[in-house]
Amino acid sequence: MTDKDSGFEPDHNVSHFAVGKEPIITIEDLNKWFGDFHALKNINLQVAERERVVICGPSGSGKSTLIRCINHLDVFQKGRIVVDGNELTNVARNVDAIRAEVGMVFQQFNLFPHLTVLQNCMLAPMRVRGKSKAEASQTAMKFLERVRIPEQASKYPAELSGGQQQRVAIARALCMSPKIMLFDEPTSALDPEMVREVLDTMVALADEGMTMLCVTHEMGFARSVADRVIFMTAGEIVVDTPPLEFFDSPDNPRLREFLGQILHN
Amino acid sequence: MIQSFDYNAVLVILSGVKATLILSAIAFGMGGFFGLLVALARTSGIKLLERLSSAYIDFFQGTPMLLQLFLAYYGLPVLGFPVNPWTAVTIGLTLHASAYLGEIWRGGIQAVPRGQTEAAAALGLSYHHRMRDVVFPQAFRLSLAPTVGFSVQLIKGTSLAAIIGFVELSRSAQIIASTTYKPLLAYGVAGIFYFAICFPLSMYSMRLAKKYNREA
Ligand SMILES: Nc1ncnc2c1ncn2[C@@H]1O[C@H](COP(=O)(O)OP(=O)(O)OP(=O)(O)O)[C@@H](O)[C@H]1O
Ligand SMILES: [Mg+2]
Repeated sequence: MTDKDSGFEPDHNVSHFAVGKEPIITIEDLNKWFGDFHALKNINLQVAERERVVICGPSGSGKSTLIRCINHLDVFQKGRIVVDGNELTNVARNVDAIRAEVGMVFQQFNLFPHLTVLQNCMLAPMRVRGKSKAEASQTAMKFLERVRIPEQASKYPAELSGGQQQRVAIARALCMSPKIMLFDEPTSALDPEMVREVLDTMVALADEGMTMLCVTHEMGFARSVADRVIFMTAGEIVVDTPPLEFFDSPDNPRLREFLGQILHN
Repeated sequence: MIQSFDYNAVLVILSGVKATLILSAIAFGMGGFFGLLVALARTSGIKLLERLSSAYIDFFQGTPMLLQLFLAYYGLPVLGFPVNPWTAVTIGLTLHASAYLGEIWRGGIQAVPRGQTEAAAALGLSYHHRMRDVVFPQAFRLSLAPTVGFSVQLIKGTSLAAIIGFVELSRSAQIIASTTYKPLLAYGVAGIFYFAICFPLSMYSMRLAKKYNREA
């Protein structure tokens, strides 16, 4: 079922579904309201295994809400989400099971301040996967090395820079060996000089074949890493296309306006 | 017969200290247990539970503790549970403490940033583990000072139990006052005992509050 060994390389001219892959995320007719406010409107989206999708759009367009529906941090009222063959329901057990397979990185890092970096990374594998302390710690160190901060393992989050905290947050998510990673503006809260180190970590992750959904306005990242770029406005997906077309021949006027603003800043 | 205010009189008052401490400890322990349930219900996100626990808190915070003790003492027998003063006082104080502690801990739980629960949830941690491993340790620090502060209120509040005939520190001082005809001395000694218990706790609570305010 998986293509992990087939040497599959993303090709911008070919739809991934043509390769005969089952989508790992399927979203059908997703609708979400906050009270009277229609935050997501008829969202349809499929993401194939190992695909890298970047989502962008103006503030308030529903980007966060969309990816937060995938791991049920936001509940939706209408439609269907299937993650790796499991349909998302409101049953806590089902939700927790899906969350265990879907890692998430937040704009504000959200590390646990009362735990050390190492403990942050060990908590979920021990509690959710039932790993032993030794095993969990070994895995944690492996991923802390991967994000290049093993030497910070015994520090508390408050002692780290923003960029380091975000890399720990990525390592913490990876310790659960997720099948999918969701990123919600992972570099937006960072000082400019730290954006690079976090993006590098994400690029490395993409190179390893991780399925990724990233809300970001880092257009350089989108251009070089994404298989598809999605543009949302007012709760709708209005553009969903490979980065070349997205950036070089955007035919949607609102996208053109948006790109104009983004690239000027 | 008038007795002299001697060593024995002090011993009687001391036994009252013991009763007050035991009563406070039980009320705090059981009140803490039920208070945790109240706090969890209040933050559960389940409308019905939140309304019920909120009404419960409002009732106990909105009525005098003396009246709550009377209700326990006279009300429980009406409901078919004959109670002695011990039981009535224990139940009354437990309910009282659970409402107050529930409210204090609700505040602590809700003061933990939402991102913390969300990050824990996103990792697949169950509700149980989200609370135990992520929320409680952080809420604990925030709630510690007001919790200790409330324990002082509770210890002083146990004096009301004297009114329904429970012999604790105030009541034993009252007994000594009437047998020795030395009310000032009897209540003075009792006051010293209350102060010796409560003042260090108050100081501790203030120190904690300062410490955590500084860190926050
Ligand atoms: N809890 C909430 N209650 C009510 N409205 C909400 C809530 N969360 C989000 N919204 C609204 O839903 C819309 C979409 O929000 P969302 O956070 O998904 O936008 P976004 O595209 O991620 O924006 P940003 O770029 O600012 O992060 C916004 O108009 C927002 O005001
Ligand atoms: Mg957002």
